[in-house]
Amino acid sequence: MYWLKLTLRNALRHKLRTLLTLLGLLVAILSFGLLQTVVDAWYTGANSAAPDRLVTRNAVSLVVPLPIHYRDKIRGLDGVRSVAAANWFAGVYQEPKNFFPQFAIDAAPYLAMYPEYRIDSDQLREFMRDRKGVVIGRKLADTYGLKLGDVLPLRGTIFAGNWEFVIRAIYEGATPRTDTSQMFFHWQYLDETLRAKAPQRSSMSGVFVVQVTDISRAAEISAEIDAMFRNSPAETLTETEQAFQIGFIKQTEAIVIAIRIVSFVVIFIILAVMANTMAMTARERIAEYATLKALGFGPVFLGGLIYGESLAIALSGAALGIAFTFPVAGWFGAKMGTLFPVFEVSNETVWLQLSCAVVVGITAALLPARRAARVRIVEGLRAIG
Amino acid sequence: MSEEPAVAIRRLTKAYRRGGQVVPVLNDITLDIPAGDYVALMGPSGSGKSTLLNLIAGIDRADGGELRVAGADINMLDEAELADWRARSVGFIFQFYNLMPVLTAFENVELPLLLTGLSRGERHSRVEAALEMVGLADRMEHYPSELSGGQQQRVAIARAIITDPVILVADEPTGDLDRASADDILALMGRLNTELGKTIIMVTHDPYAAQRARSIRQLEKGELRGTLKAAPEGKS
Ligand SMILES: Nc1ncnc2c1ncn2[C@@H]1O[C@H](COP(=O)(O)OP(=O)(O)OP(=O)(O)O)[C@@H](O)[C@H]1O
Ligand SMILES: [Mg+2]
Repeated sequence: MYWLKLTLRNALRHKLRTLLTLLGLLVAILSFGLLQTVVDAWYTGANSAAPDRLVTRNAVSLVVPLPIHYRDKIRGLDGVRSVAAANWFAGVYQEPKNFFPQFAIDAAPYLAMYPEYRIDSDQLREFMRDRKGVVIGRKLADTYGLKLGDVLPLRGTIFAGNWEFVIRAIYEGATPRTDTSQMFFHWQYLDETLRAKAPQRSSMSGVFVVQVTDISRAAEISAEIDAMFRNSPAETLTETEQAFQIGFIKQTEAIVIAIRIVSFVVIFIILAVMANTMAMTARERIAEYATLKALGFGPVFLGGLIYGESLAIALSGAALGIAFTFPVAGWFGAKMGTLFPVFEVSNETVWLQLSCAVVVGITAALLPARRAARVRIVEGLRAIG
Repeated sequence: MSEEPAVAIRRLTKAYRRGGQVVPVLNDITLDIPAGDYVALMGPSGSGKSTLLNLIAGIDRADGGELRVAGADINMLDEAELADWRARSVGFIFQFYNLMPVLTAFENVELPLLLTGLSRGERHSRVEAALEMVGLADRMEHYPSELSGGQQQRVAIARAIITDPVILVADEPTGDLDRASADDILALMGRLNTELGKTIIMVTHDPYAAQRARSIRQLEKGELRGTLKAAPEGKS
């Protein structure tokens, strides 16, 4: 009790200094949390992958498509419940910065494989009936103020030309972590258009999503699919949806690593600030430490005071930083729109923030505590006059 | 007198090393201070008074000789034992009071009791009694910054006696006070000696302060120069 009293009063002794340190901690812990959340957002796709879904792609590269007739061959395999073509479209909506994922899909099997995309049955019927129809996610709709019946024009990049779609359905996510920033339209429509304009590119699909009946056989079936097309002009590579997503994210890994580095640099800087504050504090109090020692208090008590004060400041700063992380992340996520389909502060992020604060608190107290423990009483007492 | 002296010093030496050069501070000091004595240690600046006092109080280490204080051969104790011994046996009164600025007068006095096994209730009644004794019963909740120098020194004295130590050491306890406050402090120290029977060793430059002690020892260039004033019996 006494120790706590002494510790807290010491922490509040230089109000301005403590306030500035708290402010620094707040900003650092907040920035760390936001950057960590950006990294999490990057991996959302991988985290929401289902274990019963496999992705088959061209073994050479993701940008080389596969012949559409593979679909039937894969479907014929034992243990395969369903197969759907899915083709990355990469159209531009108004301007390039308005990024959101667009896929041309075999609508019926594909949507059946993704129960986490919840679609009203009437809307689904409308979508299935309209060859130019699209399904868009709730977040995408809200970001650009899109409604059912609206025309959605896209400027093609991979598939040149101006494309016009009509919004027929809006899907909701089954959980808050479901990506609702995507757009889906009929692969059939893409293929028909290509057949007319660029026939050599028709009858192809970027990937096939394969649903297996038994997840324990996923690896076996992946191998069977790839074996089936070995030594053909378009060999395949089949992996779980999660592995596929991670591979996809890996392409942008340099950015993720940069963000991670920056987030730890921020923590390192606040550690330096905090260490300086504690060193300054301990230097001023050398005579007090010497007095306590003369009275018979040992290094453990002195260390307790210094570690306690340092941790009290670090944890208060972290509490503020964490409290601010949620509203700021909310605002930031909204600002980023469909670029980050899911932008939520995870529990792990909060734990990381707390751990960083504890590490900062302890490390900053290390040298001052050692100094206080070692100071010779007579020398420390002289520091007063 | 069959009783062991409170302080028994034999051939005590202390030197400082500064850049390869050895500066002797105390040479071959031999001195007994009987229990219940009140000694003023005088001498020119740099003569080693504080050094000797610090050795007696167990906050500095001698180079050689024997040093028995309050029944312990303190040269032989390790740091932790010495700290325990100080907490039990020595009360400190400093020139600049050395109170904890973030603690009230009450809490400052209570501080040394945290090293004892006393209950909260026992601690509180002791602290109240000590503050009563130094005449600050009405200032318990004041912080050092809200007290005059003399009052702060009285808080420090209450802190020094709170664990009921055998000896009190005071290094220029009135050095930072005006005459009136100094008188108060000296009167209080006299009472600690006569009423509580504390053995007091006080370093001072002030002959007037020294006169209030029972005996005066003169230190010059690290050596004791005899007793200037024999312990007068019945002095109050
Ligand atoms: N840490 C140290 N290193 C080197 N020399 C020291 C140290 N401490 C004290 N001395 C020297 O020891 C001598 C005695 O010092 P001490 O403080 O005991 O003197 P003093 O009699 O208390 O003087 P004053 O009346 O000025 O307080 C002085 O010459 C001083 O310079
Ligand atoms: Mg001195």
